[in-house]
Amino acid sequence: MPQLPRTATWHLPVPDLETSAYWDGTAHGKLLIKHCDDCGRDFFYPRSHCPRCWSSSTSWKEAIGDGVVYTFTIVRQNDLRPFKERLPYVVAIVELAEGVRLTSNIEGCAPEDVRCGMPVRVAFREEERDEGSVYLPVFRPA
Amino acid sequence: MNKSQGLLAFLIVPRRKVVIAGVAESRFGEVPDATSWQLHQEAAALALADAGLEPSDVTGLFSCGADIMHPLILGEYLGIRPGYVDGTQVGGSSWEFFVHHAVGAIESGLCDVALLDYATTSRSDVKRRIRSANVAIDARGPAQFESAYGHTVIGRHAMAATRHMYEFGTTSEQLAEIAVQTRFNASHNPLAMYRDAITIDDVLSSREICSPLHMLDCCIRSDGGGAVVLVAEDRIADLPKKPIWILGAGETTSHHTMSEWEDFTESPARRSAERAFGMAGVKPDDIDVLQVYDSFTITVLLTLEALGFCAKGEGGSFVEGGRLRLDGALPTNTDGGGLSSNHPGMRGLFLIIEAARQLRGEASGRQVSGASLAAVNGTGGWFSSTGTLVLGVD
Repeated sequence: MPQLPRTATWHLPVPDLETSAYWDGTAHGKLLIKHCDDCGRDFFYPRSHCPRCWSSSTSWKEAIGDGVVYTFTIVRQNDLRPFKERLPYVVAIVELAEGVRLTSNIEGCAPEDVRCGMPVRVAFREEERDEGSVYLPVFRPA
Repeated sequence: MNKSQGLLAFLIVPRRKVVIAGVAESRFGEVPDATSWQLHQEAAALALADAGLEPSDVTGLFSCGADIMHPLILGEYLGIRPGYVDGTQVGGSSWEFFVHHAVGAIESGLCDVALLDYATTSRSDVKRRIRSANVAIDARGPAQFESAYGHTVIGRHAMAATRHMYEFGTTSEQLAEIAVQTRFNASHNPLAMYRDAITIDDVLSSREICSPLHMLDCCIRSDGGGAVVLVAEDRIADLPKKPIWILGAGETTSHHTMSEWEDFTESPARRSAERAFGMAGVKPDDIDVLQVYDSFTITVLLTLEALGFCAKGEGGSFVEGGRLRLDGALPTNTDGGGLSSNHPGMRGLFLIIEAARQLRGEASGRQVSGASLAAVNGTGGWFSSTGTLVLGVD
């Protein structure tokens, strides 16, 4: 059966060997994506190989931070903390100028004002946990 | 015989075909007085009886649930020790995957009698407060890039609806048509949990859960179990019921992380359906009755397009005018589906049960007359996996 959350911060990222550089980046106001040194494509989410050509020669690249909303939803029901206290909020798939997509929240406007195709710009939301704060990339109207 | 003649001989030896011999549900709806294991056994016993078989005849067990090593726990609980086990877990479509796998296993002689068995007490567990209504996925591995944003299971599907509306002008009224017509079908099924007619206005005025999906765009939550028994064609002379031939099967996977889904307006069912319809040598136009996973109204709409019943982007106008009703041109989810009849969590198994009932002519009160060819499409996760089947009777 689906587990009930075990901790208050169950939803916050647990950086690992492949991703700690990404979360170090967000803590310094940088949104990092991955670049394949062999086929030349950018990709997200970050992993040690290129998911298209399987090259293990990949490097981090700072995204310029601009994008558009590919799609979104206004979440009005979620019985899990901490989301229960945040309703309503917007979950979106954002397409960055570099062409890669990520899941995020749209903040800084009324949920009803979000549209597909809307230009957005990255910001970083601090969330606290026992091991220190983590900074989540979120997006605001550009 | 030289090597190439040997290969040729292998290719032309006809493989034995596979049929559905037994289907059954356990009690479903609200079942507060049974464990999920009891409901597994109840469904399995009824499906084996439907096939005229005994528990000791089972040589293949196909099942999954939320537990680690689920098929082990189930085999032990049932008191059977099958020689072929499959615990594929790709969400609600796992049951169509299991049929695909069982066909291979039975064709090649690895097992003779395959039991697919599923049950949960999902509704009662939420009431007992031992599970939440939403799924909490720890933010480890790829999930670390998503879990913090609160994208619920409903939200993941809602984002497909938003994009479909943006690209093709699909409306909330058109999505509501699917819920209304499925409820019409449920009203003819005395076992369905919700049978009272609803209107498009009822759907649109029900609470918005995740825009643009309203409460009545979402599947219900029920307790319940189901089982399906598959056997080799050698046994059909002994079967008490009309055998259902598995004419085609296909499976495919897509994303788990939402940002990895390339096109939010296209279900991966396009790929699994190509294989299943190709194997069966039939076209969507040939299908008499259709059972597709209806976790949400948008799931049905994207599936109809991906299976080829209408062109991509045209699902909204396709579902207008009662087409999916029992008396419509494409009777779909004839038992009332997950939107109105039952939905214990991974509903793909119930699609196969209802398709078999229709093909046998056993769907009392909701029988599609003369149904001889059915298509089934299970969707797992959040458009993450699909399995398509084509089923027929002589």
